[in-house]
Amino acid sequence: MKKKYSGIQAAIASKEVVMPKASKRQFYGFGIPLVKTDSLRGKLIVVEGADGSGRSTQIARLRDWLEGCGHATVQVGLKRSTLVSEELELAQKGNILSRTTLSLFYATDFADQLENVIIPSLKAGFMVLADRYIYTLMVRDLVRGMNPEWLTNLYGIALQPDAVFYLNVSPEQLVERNFSKNASLDYWESGMDLGLSRDMFDSFLKYQEMMADEFRKLQSVYGFTIVDGNRTPEAINAELQKRIEAMFRGEPATL
Amino acid sequence: MKTFAELGFAGRLIAVEGLDGSGKSTQIYLLKRWLELQGLKVFFSEWNSSDIVKSATSKGKKRELLTPTTFSLIHATDFADRYERQLVPLLRAGYLVLCDRYIFTAFARDTVRGCPPEWVRGLYSFAAHPDVTLFFKTHLEVSLQRILEGRPSLKYFEAGMDMRLSTDPYESFRIFQGRILEQYLGMSTEYDFSVINADQPIEIQQSLVRKLVSSQLHLESFRTRIPKQRS
Repeated sequence: MKKKYSGIQAAIASKEVVMPKASKRQFYGFGIPLVKTDSLRGKLIVVEGADGSGRSTQIARLRDWLEGCGHATVQVGLKRSTLVSEELELAQKGNILSRTTLSLFYATDFADQLENVIIPSLKAGFMVLADRYIYTLMVRDLVRGMNPEWLTNLYGIALQPDAVFYLNVSPEQLVERNFSKNASLDYWESGMDLGLSRDMFDSFLKYQEMMADEFRKLQSVYGFTIVDGNRTPEAINAELQKRIEAMFRGEPATL
Repeated sequence: MKTFAELGFAGRLIAVEGLDGSGKSTQIYLLKRWLELQGLKVFFSEWNSSDIVKSATSKGKKRELLTPTTFSLIHATDFADRYERQLVPLLRAGYLVLCDRYIFTAFARDTVRGCPPEWVRGLYSFAAHPDVTLFFKTHLEVSLQRILEGRPSLKYFEAGMDMRLSTDPYESFRIFQGRILEQYLGMSTEYDFSVINADQPIEIQQSLVRKLVSSQLHLESFRTRIPKQRS
């Protein structure tokens, strides 16, 4: 039998499935040609955070909870497009593409999923759970010195989500979680391509600090919710559920 | 956006633009021969992309997976790859670089497909503008005839079939090319194209090309530094 998390019991106790309130939906910029946003009835919920911040755990729990509440869900994430995911994987392994190229390659991967999964699912009334969104992509590029206006224009194709949660975990805790998961640090998550330090541990700490700084800067523009990720998975999920319920009632998720 | 000269690059970029069948590839080839026979540092960009980017692009095209947005993005990725790996190093090294098509091809094509023109221009804003842009202007019928006579099988995206202009690939290609031409004409003054009447004989065009290029660039400063071998 599947383990039941907090919130699930209450969710399945009711036979009455609550219809989330419709909200005004917009693109950040120019958007996708010919897509009408008012027909997108579902909700787009984004979980952001570094590797080891607990994103996938939170998303798995949100999925159980949402389905328990009677909502259909679908999951998206980075590097999962039919179009370029394999090639992106190869490109990362070889580290052969230059900055702008890699950046546009990721944008292509994002756009493919946006048009083929996110938009059709929202149209069908699904709850779309996104394991990272444009913010991670932008922050990675900003840390590497890319032009902010260029990135804003590029990701103007993206839909504004209904809720964005950034799981904020201290670099020290991230190190421990990465070690317990993989027994090693990842090349890219340590920002080794930036030449911050030849010592991977040093580089990891510096890189994660830089990423967190850029996230905080983006937060003031995009207004996402910063969630304290240094707590137990249960405590974090309870907070996310509360905020999503508020969003369903038509109140802002950023309380 | 600035040209390579304005950005302080040692090299200069010459781009040719025009419809398929306008004869621009013939002209840029002859220009290349003329420059290299004079002993100048010239490089014709073959637009070789990395295998990885190439694989994604051809998969997208073959399996007809592309929408206007992803079509535009995957081509921008491909362009960025070639720009950063090939063009920029050559232009830093002081070469005369010749490009058969440049960003204006994307501006025209993506806009016709329905992408917002400002978005596409923003996408390519990392790229410097050519120092000389030669636009080969033909009558639509002339270029259509050249293409449709020579190569009867049109590919899906090439014919603009994704835009559902017509179920007949030839008819679709005609409409698509007509719209591309409109876009080119609209950009002509904005981006300072040197317009060449491409309905004229090859020799007449080539003499215009030579005059235009030598009046706009100081060719003598691109002489190669490699000493000639003595026998």
